[in-house]
Amino acid sequence: MRHLIDPLDLSVQEIDKLLDLADDIAKNPKKYSQVCSGKKLATLFYEPSTRTRLSFESAMLNMGGSVLGFSSANSSSAAKGESVADTIRAVSCYADICAIRHPKEGAPLRASRYSKIPVINAGDGGHQHPTQTLTDLMTIRAKKHRLDHLTIGLCGDLKFGRTVHSLIKALSRYEGIRFVLISPEELRVPDYIIDNVLKEKNIPYEEVENIEDVISQLDILYMTRVQRERFFNEEDYIRLKDSYILTTAKMKNAKPDMAVLHPLPRVNEIALEVDDDPRAAYFDQVQNGVYVRMALMMTLLEVEHA
Amino acid sequence: MLNIASLEKGIVLDHIRAGSSMKIYDLLKLSEMDCCVAVIKNAKSNKLGKKDIIKIEGTTDVDLDVLGFIDHNITVNIIDNGKIIEKKKLVLPQTLTNVIKCKNPRCITSIEEEIDHVFRLTQDGTQRYRCIYCEQEYQDK
Repeated sequence: MRHLIDPLDLSVQEIDKLLDLADDIAKNPKKYSQVCSGKKLATLFYEPSTRTRLSFESAMLNMGGSVLGFSSANSSSAAKGESVADTIRAVSCYADICAIRHPKEGAPLRASRYSKIPVINAGDGGHQHPTQTLTDLMTIRAKKHRLDHLTIGLCGDLKFGRTVHSLIKALSRYEGIRFVLISPEELRVPDYIIDNVLKEKNIPYEEVENIEDVISQLDILYMTRVQRERFFNEEDYIRLKDSYILTTAKMKNAKPDMAVLHPLPRVNEIALEVDDDPRAAYFDQVQNGVYVRMALMMTLLEVEHA
Repeated sequence: MLNIASLEKGIVLDHIRAGSSMKIYDLLKLSEMDCCVAVIKNAKSNKLGKKDIIKIEGTTDVDLDVLGFIDHNITVNIIDNGKIIEKKKLVLPQTLTNVIKCKNPRCITSIEEEIDHVFRLTQDGTQRYRCIYCEQEYQDK
């Protein structure tokens, strides 16, 4: 039985195969409309989410399966003090696969150790979000036709932005990747990513504070939201929340084929005027997220397909 | 010089960095053991100048991972019939379970009951440990 807790749980070959499957699902969704008939997905969301939970549920429904679960800690036994280990033991009896989002880092890993069904990390605190990464990789591959030899700019909250951490880990295995890390000093990438991924693998990177200085170099610009829920101190949030706002004026210096990604939701870090720019790829990501989660669940459930 | 009788059977932890013996005493949970334990602080040492020594009588069942984590230069002598029958070499353990605690308030270990605190040695040769759940580095502060 396989789980997806960390983006590196899947090899590069497995990711390629999974993205090929997701591409095929995108082209022929009807072919996959019953591949999970009789299967149940449990969505255990201890933290609010719109996109990720609905994306998982939509993905399972698209394959003829059904879904059950909860959408906040208050509506689960966690409110009564139940541990993650006990909850997953019970859920293992109700469903065939589960997606777990939790505000505490490492909760999905904890769950996977007590689970009898595949566990998918749907975001754990400020740590990792591997299915968003699969979505990002699918979108990058669709836009650039490759996952190697790219200069990737990551902008905004790189400290608590779990999608950023997962994407760096995943892309670090491809050749010719270079990262430009754009953030205020307080929101820089955590040292475990710098030490264990970038330095260990000798991946070129630079840390800068000004997006205008570097936007012309980028093949991909990955914007992120400064997340209120990750701050213990409201003052710090208010001080940093408007650090970066992407506008059409800033986009003028970008390459004509640069792609702008964002895991969404956005608040104000991408001006609405940018939505009409053909380089804006963030709504493509939402659609790709459903296909890639279908491909992932099929893979983990070892579902046969034509 | 303070004299502590030689052991007939047991374990002697020698060349402990002066001042570290009580930390080892706590981490090995020696206060919970029923046997005779001697902690010698600030003994003279040709190698270190000053050193600590711990002698534990009757048992040789000591968690070497804990010792390796604290100081892998400690000499571990296993004693039987009054003689050293084995000298164990310590290495930095790959994982530490319930030896140190994760201090990250965002980590699942901060709320989950009965969870083991597990740390893994980083592979970059810098002798650092990271929590397996949140990947935060352990800092002894």
